[in-house]
Amino acid sequence: MARVVIRNLNKSYNEVHAVKGVNLEIRDREFMVLVGPSGCGKTTTLRMVAGLESITSGDIVIGETVVNELPPMDRDIAMVFQNYALYPHMSVYDNMAFGLKMRKFARPEIDRRVREAADILGIENLLNRKPRQLSGGQRQRVALGRAIVRHPQVFLFDEPLSNLDAKLRVQMRVELKKIHDRLGTTAIYVTHDQIEAMTLGDRVVVMKDGVVQQVGEPLDLYNEPANRFVAGFLGSPAMNFATVALTDVAGATHALGEGLQLALPPQIGERLRSHIGQQVTLGIRPEDLRVESGEAANGLSFGAVVEVVERLGSEILLDVKVGSGTMVAAVEPTVQAKVRDHLRLALNPERLHFFDCRSEAAI
Amino acid sequence: MAVSGLATRGAFARAPRRGTASRLLEDERWLAAALLLPTVILLALFIAYPFVEGVWLAVTNATVGVPGKFVGLANFEMLWNDSIFRVAVWNTFVYTAVATVFKLGLGLWLALLLNRNFRGKAFTRAFILLPFIIPTVLSTYAWKWMFDPTFSVINWTLFQLDIIHSRINWLGDPGLALISVIIVNVWRGVPFYAISLLAGLQTINPELQEAAAIDGAPPWQRFWHITWPLLLPVTMVVVLFSVIQTFADFQLVYVLTGGGPANATQLFATYAYQLGVGTGLLSQGAAVSLAMFPFLLIIVVVQLLYIRRVEVH
Ligand SMILES: Nc1ncnc2c1ncn2[C@@H]1O[C@H](COP(=O)(O)OP(=O)(O)OP(=O)(O)O)[C@@H](O)[C@H]1O
Ligand SMILES: [Mg+2]
Repeated sequence: MARVVIRNLNKSYNEVHAVKGVNLEIRDREFMVLVGPSGCGKTTTLRMVAGLESITSGDIVIGETVVNELPPMDRDIAMVFQNYALYPHMSVYDNMAFGLKMRKFARPEIDRRVREAADILGIENLLNRKPRQLSGGQRQRVALGRAIVRHPQVFLFDEPLSNLDAKLRVQMRVELKKIHDRLGTTAIYVTHDQIEAMTLGDRVVVMKDGVVQQVGEPLDLYNEPANRFVAGFLGSPAMNFATVALTDVAGATHALGEGLQLALPPQIGERLRSHIGQQVTLGIRPEDLRVESGEAANGLSFGAVVEVVERLGSEILLDVKVGSGTMVAAVEPTVQAKVRDHLRLALNPERLHFFDCRSEAAI
Repeated sequence: MAVSGLATRGAFARAPRRGTASRLLEDERWLAAALLLPTVILLALFIAYPFVEGVWLAVTNATVGVPGKFVGLANFEMLWNDSIFRVAVWNTFVYTAVATVFKLGLGLWLALLLNRNFRGKAFTRAFILLPFIIPTVLSTYAWKWMFDPTFSVINWTLFQLDIIHSRINWLGDPGLALISVIIVNVWRGVPFYAISLLAGLQTINPELQEAAAIDGAPPWQRFWHITWPLLLPVTMVVVLFSVIQTFADFQLVYVLTGGGPANATQLFATYAYQLGVGTGLLSQGAAVSLAMFPFLLIIVVVQLLYIRRVEVH
C-alpha cells in the first residue's frame, strides 16, 4: 500500500500530445477514478504509471520511489486490463499463480494466496478451467484474482467492466467496492462511465484532451463543477445549458435568455456582479426543475412546451422546448404531462450554475 | 430433419416442372459429386497416377526404353545391400535434422525481431522474403559461385580478414560439402519460417506480454511461458511442411554438388535421380523414391499427433 504522486506528467506521440501536464496525488488506500471522454488520455496516463508506456516528461512516484525508469515488474503494481488479458493456455489457477511463481514464492504460499483470492471472488470451483471455458463475468473475476494474489502496492484498472452487460456491470461494481474496502489497496481506476466514477471513487479526476479538469470527491464535482465541461460530463441526463444575458434591473440581477426571464436573489446577484452586462452560460440540472402549478411568485419559473415524455418508472423525463431551445426536466413520476402541454417549470436558485462564456470556468 | 424435409417437399410442389438435369442438381448428393469431380480428376491425374506408376515401376526391372517385368521386392533387396543407399539415408536424416533445427532457430529469432516496431518494418519484411522468392536454381548457382575454391567471395573475405591461410574447398571437400549444402538450405528456408512464425506471433494478443511483464516475468520468461506455448501450434505446422520439403530436397543439392564428392551429399532424391535417370535404371530409382515414403509417413504421423495434442490442450 502506498500513495502515488504524478508530477507534471506529459506524453507525446509523434504529433499527438496525449497527456498534458497532469498533476495528481493519490493517497494511500484511496480509490481514485480517472474519467473522461474517449481519447482524453486516461489509458495513456494509467499505462505510464504501470510502466508500459515511456514518460515524455514529468515524474511518477509510487510510495517513496520515483519509478520513471523502473520496468513494470519492479513497480509493485498489478493491472486489470479491459480485455482481461488472461493467459489462454493456462488454467485459472496458473493464471493467478503466474505472478507469484515469477516472484519465486514458495509453493504453499502461492497455493494459500490463490485459494484466498478465489474465495474472495467466489471462483474456487473454476480453478482448473481454461479462460475460454469461462463467461465474461468469470474471466473478469479471474483477472481481478490475478491482481489480488500479488498483494501489490497499487491496483491499476483500465475500464475493467466495460465488456460486461449492464446488469453484471452493476453487480461487479458493487463487488469491486467491497473488495477495495476489504483490502484497502490504493487503486487507480480508468473509466469513461460517469456512474462508475461517481459510485466507485473516493475521489474522481475528470480529464479532457489530456488535461485534468477537476479533482475532487464525487459529490463535490457534481454539485460544484469547476467548469462547463465537468458540469456537462457528470450527471445523467446531462445538465441543461442556456445562454443568458445578465442585466441589472433596479438593483436586482436578472438573467434573460431564450424564453427565460429569471430574477435572481441578491446573494447570487452579488456573485455575478462582475459579469453584469455580459452573456454567460446558465446550467440547470434536470432534477433541479419541477413542474409548477400557476405562476411562481418569486420570478424563478419559465414556460415550456412538452415535446417528449419518457416514463422511467422512478421518474419522468420531460424533453421540453423553452423559447427556441430545449431542456430536459426530471420530475416526479406522479406528474401528469402530455406531449404539447404548456407548463411552467420552477427552479431553485441555489442550484443554478453559471459559467463564463469564453473561459467556460464556473462563476 | 422431418421439418426441413417437409419444407423441401412443399417447395417442390409449388415449383414449376423442370428438366431432369436441374432436378438432379437440386439433389445435394448429385450436386456434391458434380462439384467435386474436377478436383478428383486433377488429383487422380497428377498425384494418384504418378504415385501408382512409381509404385509399379519399383517392383519391375524396367530400364529406359524397356517396359520391364514384375520382379517383386528384388529392387528393395538390392537397395538394402547398397552402401551408397545407406549413405544417402544417413545424409538425408542429417541434412533434414540439422537444417530444420537451424531454420527454426534463425526463423524464430527473425520473426521475433520483425514483430517489433521499427522504422522500415514493411520494407524489411518484404526484403526478408527474397531468398524464398528467387527461383532455387538461380540462387543456388549464385551460391555455387560463392563456394568456388578459386573465385569464392567467402574465401576471399576470410583471407582478407586473416582468418584462413589456405583455400577452403567448400563443395569439393567431402567433410565440408554436406555442411555447405545445409547452409544454403537454411538460407533458403529461413524466410518461410520467419514469415510464417511472424504471422503466428501477430495473432498473440500483445496485452499478454504486458500482463506478464507486470506479473514480474523478465523477457526470457515471457517468451518461454507465454509466446512459445501460444506459438507452438503454428510452429508445428511450419516444421511439418518444412521437414517434408527438406527430406525430399533435390534441386539445391543437384545444382551444388550433384550428390558428390564421393556421395558425401547424396540424398534420397538425388540418388533416385542418379539411378533412375542418370544410369537409366528406372525401377531402382523408383524404389529409392518409394523408400522415402515410410520415413516421411512416420514423421508426418508423429507430428500430426503432436499437433493434435497441442491444440487440444
Ligand atoms: N501508440 C499511440 N500512438 C499515437 N497516438 C496514440 C497512441 N496511443 C494513444 N494515442 C493517442 O493518445 C490520445 C489518448 O489516448 P488514450 O488511449 O489514453 O485515450 P483514453 O482516454 O484511454 O480513451 P478511451 O476511453 O477511448 O480508451 C488519443 O488521442 C490517442 O489517439
Ligand atoms: Mg482507454
